[in-house]
Amino acid sequence: MRVTVRLFARLRDLAGSGELVREVATPATVETVWRSLVADMPALGDYERTMSVAVNADYSKMSSKVDDGDEVAFLPPVSGG
Amino acid sequence: MAAVAVTPAPLQLQPLIDEIVGSSGADGAIASFIGTVRNHNQGRTVSFLEYEAYEPLAVRALQRILDEAGRAWGDTRLGVHHRTGRLELGEASIIIVAVSPHRAHAFAACRYTIERVKQIVPIWKHEHFEGGDIWIEGATADPDDEAARENAHRIACA
Repeated sequence: MRVTVRLFARLRDLAGSGELVREVATPATVETVWRSLVADMPALGDYERTMSVAVNADYSKMSSKVDDGDEVAFLPPVSGG
Repeated sequence: MAAVAVTPAPLQLQPLIDEIVGSSGADGAIASFIGTVRNHNQGRTVSFLEYEAYEPLAVRALQRILDEAGRAWGDTRLGVHHRTGRLELGEASIIIVAVSPHRAHAFAACRYTIERVKQIVPIWKHEHFEGGDIWIEGATADPDDEAARENAHRIACA
């Protein structure tokens, strides 16, 4: 199945793109998507300890299920305000 | 005008105040906060900032904060707008308006909102300073972290 990955701030810089379409095997979780991403881009890996994740623009968990067509976002620590 | 917004347009306080105050006449207090771009940060001379947002989730997170504040200070109404894109020194990055019959609730809800924004809203500062640039990374966003929420509440009521 196919998911859209969104990356922000320094994660986006490290990946060279803020939006990637990825093929992942079914069934998949957010963690499955993350592992496949880090396999291709090891520099992202350090963020696993500090990032948040979202599915379809709602905060989610690494263990959450991901469906075909979902948007999965990986978010570095935030600094708004 | 919406109570919550994430926008590249310059922020204007008075229209947001007018929106939140409305016409009931029952309020005795308006507290507002304007966060601005300062010229120094951690020993660096700041040139300008760029704010990036995951907009749909940022809007949801801001709305969540207003809902939380509404439960804590039931007689208080809030508005919050956050800017995105390039901001020059002195420009407003965030404006918050809290309207209440009583000043204590208005002040507390306003402070609570900015503390929670820094905890859970997916917006990032890209600081451009003399000699380089850096992404500022603050809190790992977890809206279900009750300890963080209680800390924001404690600061708001201090």
